[in-house]
Amino acid sequence: MATETQVQPAPAVAGVQPRSLRGRSGLMAAFRHLILLPGVVFFVIPLVFMVSTSLKALRQIALFPPELIPNPVIWLNYPEVFHYAPMHLYFVNTLFLVVPAIFGAIFTSSLAAYAFARLRAPGKKLIFYILLSTMMVPAFVTMIPTYILFAKLRWVGGFKPLVIPYLMGSAFYVFLLRQFFLTIPRELEDAAFIDGSSRLRTFTGIIMPLAKPVLATVTIFAFMASWNEYMGPLIYLSNKKQYVLSLGLQVFTQVNRQEWGLLMAASSMMVAPVILLFFFAQKHFVTGITMSGLKG
Amino acid sequence: MAATTPALSAAETRGFWKSLRGREALSFYLFIAPWTLGLLAFILGPIVASLVLGFTRYDVILPAAPRRRLPPRYHVILPAKWIGLENFQDLFADPLFRISLGNTVYIVLTAVPLGMVISFLIALLLNQKVRGMAAYRTGYFIPSIVPAVASAALWLYLLQPQWGLVNGFLDLFGIKGPTWLASTTWSKPSIIMLMVWASGGTMIIYLAGLQDIPETLYEAASIDGASWLRQLVHVTIPLMTPTIFFTLVMGIIGTFQVFSVVFVLTDGMGGPLNSTLVYLIYVYRNAFVFFRMGYASALSLILFLLILVLTLANVRFAGSWVYSEVEME
Repeated sequence: MATETQVQPAPAVAGVQPRSLRGRSGLMAAFRHLILLPGVVFFVIPLVFMVSTSLKALRQIALFPPELIPNPVIWLNYPEVFHYAPMHLYFVNTLFLVVPAIFGAIFTSSLAAYAFARLRAPGKKLIFYILLSTMMVPAFVTMIPTYILFAKLRWVGGFKPLVIPYLMGSAFYVFLLRQFFLTIPRELEDAAFIDGSSRLRTFTGIIMPLAKPVLATVTIFAFMASWNEYMGPLIYLSNKKQYVLSLGLQVFTQVNRQEWGLLMAASSMMVAPVILLFFFAQKHFVTGITMSGLKG
Repeated sequence: MAATTPALSAAETRGFWKSLRGREALSFYLFIAPWTLGLLAFILGPIVASLVLGFTRYDVILPAAPRRRLPPRYHVILPAKWIGLENFQDLFADPLFRISLGNTVYIVLTAVPLGMVISFLIALLLNQKVRGMAAYRTGYFIPSIVPAVASAALWLYLLQPQWGLVNGFLDLFGIKGPTWLASTTWSKPSIIMLMVWASGGTMIIYLAGLQDIPETLYEAASIDGASWLRQLVHVTIPLMTPTIFFTLVMGIIGTFQVFSVVFVLTDGMGGPLNSTLVYLIYVYRNAFVFFRMGYASALSLILFLLILVLTLANVRFAGSWVYSEVEME
């Protein structure tokens, strides 16, 4: 296509275009905002009202039209939530899930990923194919057999089913990290080997520091997955003191259905850390999503 | 490889492990060992078991009623009994199987294309150097990172018939909004609305794809006199087909597994009148409320097969519409 265009009288076109383009692009820009602005309001306003409603008394919630900024601002819903649900316990319990998941992503998975990226061994190709195919199997397929396994181990009703599997990493993280390790030049390691460094030392001393950006992305993945994890806690946890935020909030919606101020306060408490993390690590959220897109 | 052939003597085998290559292989196995252990115990083993369980009766009983209040650690698991295809025969006679599959297909067929089209339009508009692009992008993306349980709790409030924001908004136009989650007609659209609201991830993928299209192609097209619309149809969309294909496949796989939001919105029941009984909720109820593990496994197997077939069909038909640079050369 590009070669054909060279034949055309380019100067004449160039002379006409800038003015008409500018006029049209001004109109186009206004048109774009005309669509984008109401759209973004539709996406963001629910969250604004989540916070706003959490700061209202029930009397204010029933007002119509609803107040965007509560008048007066009532903080009482937040302490009141703890009256019904020990959110601080849920928070700590959630961390019991999050920390092992991040450990599994950063250490277990990257160790395996390094092996797949660098080391040669008989059977490696086969194991890698198994890794790729298990990535395609949805989680619900393994849900019932693993439940039976954990029931036989007498782990049901505790944290072990939600911690131990995640400590072992996941095929998806191994794959993602391997792709990154492959882009690191080998020369960097060779220099270390000549100096007599061991495999493990090279991995922890040279590869891991270089992989910081991708490790940050994987950490965010692992954090989000375990912070949001709902099915697992629902199946395995039975004691109210063991609830994590997701399960605690779901039970809360069931019990306090009409107490919208309390419910929105509890929801805000679960959402706030995620939004906060997003604003600190926006870049890693976006690269994480586009990286998972690269698979295809 | 050499180490495993029987022709080698023991001494030679020992030699292999001491050689440079042998030590490299040894570190490979050591490095992947923790992950492999997890893979065998929690992924591969269960996958194999899931293939067998669907053909068994595998019930869990609780020694004492009431069944839901007892800590699950006291469950008694009866030995599995091979019953061949009985679960599958029951399943095809089970009206709730058909209802849950129908509901899920309904949601997949609406939420996936709707989310894709809206995400694509937003990405198109954002890709054109709009002022305030970063703020817009953040605004559209943020709902997608809200935890599923929290976004469902939020939409419970938004869709509340009397004070909810959605009906309040409709009221501005003199429309009396429906009862949403309490109505069998509007319960599924409620869920679809929530899913579209949370589809910002797709938009980010499209935006990244759009930014990868080389500027020179648009320059060439505009020199040729191609209008904005023709550029969209002949440059943008063809070059975006691989990305669109990816989001389509992932969207179908993901939406068939919708669970948490529906569970929260309907208190785990899939109501009203089973109108939001999605497939995984039915699997969950069979496995963990009725404790019919064999039957639930059969249900899981059917869904897995369905997703597998649909994905393979998608890949099979991709050639007819997905642009590939390799083919062009």
